[in-house]
Amino acid sequence: MAKITYIQFDGSETTLDVKPGLTVMEGAVKNNLPGIDADCGGACACATCHVFVDEAWTAKTGEKSAMEESMLDFAENVQPNSRLSCQIKVTEELDGLVVRLPESQH
Amino acid sequence: MSDLNSHVVIIGAGHAGGTLAAQLRHFGHTGPITMIGDEPHAPYQRPPLSKAWLKGEADAETLALKPLKFYAEANIDFRPNLRAVKLERSARKVGLSDGSQIDYDILVLATGARAIALPIPGADLVGVMFLRTANDAEALKEQVGPGKRLAVVGGGYIGLEVAASGRALGAEVVVLERETRLLARVATEVLSEFFRSYHEKHGVTFELGASVVGFEGQNGHITGVKLADGRVLACDAAVVGVGAHPNDELAAESGLETARGVVVDLEARTSDPHVFAIGDVAHRPMPLYGRMFRMESVPNALEQAKQAACAITGRPAPAGEVPWQWSDQYNLKLQIAGYAFDVDEVIVRGDPATGKFSVFHLNGDQLQSVEAINSPAEFMMGRQLIGNRKRLDKAKLADPSVSMKEVAL
Repeated sequence: MAKITYIQFDGSETTLDVKPGLTVMEGAVKNNLPGIDADCGGACACATCHVFVDEAWTAKTGEKSAMEESMLDFAENVQPNSRLSCQIKVTEELDGLVVRLPESQH
Repeated sequence: MSDLNSHVVIIGAGHAGGTLAAQLRHFGHTGPITMIGDEPHAPYQRPPLSKAWLKGEADAETLALKPLKFYAEANIDFRPNLRAVKLERSARKVGLSDGSQIDYDILVLATGARAIALPIPGADLVGVMFLRTANDAEALKEQVGPGKRLAVVGGGYIGLEVAASGRALGAEVVVLERETRLLARVATEVLSEFFRSYHEKHGVTFELGASVVGFEGQNGHITGVKLADGRVLACDAAVVGVGAHPNDELAAESGLETARGVVVDLEARTSDPHVFAIGDVAHRPMPLYGRMFRMESVPNALEQAKQAACAITGRPAPAGEVPWQWSDQYNLKLQIAGYAFDVDEVIVRGDPATGKFSVFHLNGDQLQSVEAINSPAEFMMGRQLIGNRKRLDKAKLADPSVSMKEVAL
């Protein structure tokens, strides 16, 4: 299990145990955590699972694909540490990961 | 008449029903919620059934919308393997397939649609399959593998996704389509031709303009598909993907207004104020196109679940959306925004030969719909342009060297 901390836009924090193999998006959605919509269920087709990866973790979460990059380009308030959380696979190395959620996914 | 303590009964535990149940709790509904599903499973995502699930890249856990324990924790009474058989609106009662009855304050019909069967000889042979449910997908998975011959009846999105997954698993795949081109009802010729050629490169064979008149079998199992020209194509299994029919009978029999789907308003409410209909079964208004129609897509199920959840909990209705959908085949991602109603011009941006292009459907200089292949910028910006009705410079739109952000200026 990897502990992942999701910080809502209002600052409230939730730390969840997420099974390696799931994505950061699935960790939130399957635990009914609000703030990540993931309308397409993880197909990288909708850009409604946008998160900001804590600066300390950007290297470990890997590179964005060209598809993800283009989708993010049209999301709201995109930052250099923006990611689509359906594209971050959870591994033991991501134990302790911190992500921040945007104000809205739409 | 919103009452957070009312008893909401949801008939159907698919994407729409499951999303609504969770959203009602999220919006502060405190009354009882009962969700009746005719499958053995809790709500799950259907799109992966023809893709990742079929290829063995997803399991039941990743497919589930929420883990089973969620429903108990959220005090949602989820009752699987049960159907609604009678709706008595005057008494606000629903009769269930186990002989029991359930009372409701608010009823939500989320009964979905079912795969259309072909009324032809041999349709009941073992190995003639559909792809609608997880159980269907499980049965299909057993029939698809190296050396197996799979016949796909119907060259629509489901059929093409199954063909792509079948090839990935090493099966021989033939697609039979009644029309002379693929995706004839839903896409332009450019796209039809592109998908045909792309699938052929991956080893799929096509029979276009082919009318399937029967399935041949031996010992109760399919052995071939018979065409109107007399030919029989040998196969080990066939998947029929020729469209879906809304499960609107319960509503129609109870006197609710139906029109190939249950007629609803912008709040997803039917002609009875105590009854809503959402998802594939709903015939809903789409102000963007000034008409009513029925959509079969996950984004539509999500949107209508939100409409109903807002109405039931007394929130304002969500702003009108631009409908969209997607399909994955091989390494192609197709994203579609809008519907191609009232189109007088089609602009292709990019070269289909590169596997990266998009098809824009216009009415005058306004965008009605875009189909984008491996072109997320065209999809994302196109979706915005459909919604804001912006007047476009068509020369810029047709020129892929002009960025979509510039097109939208």
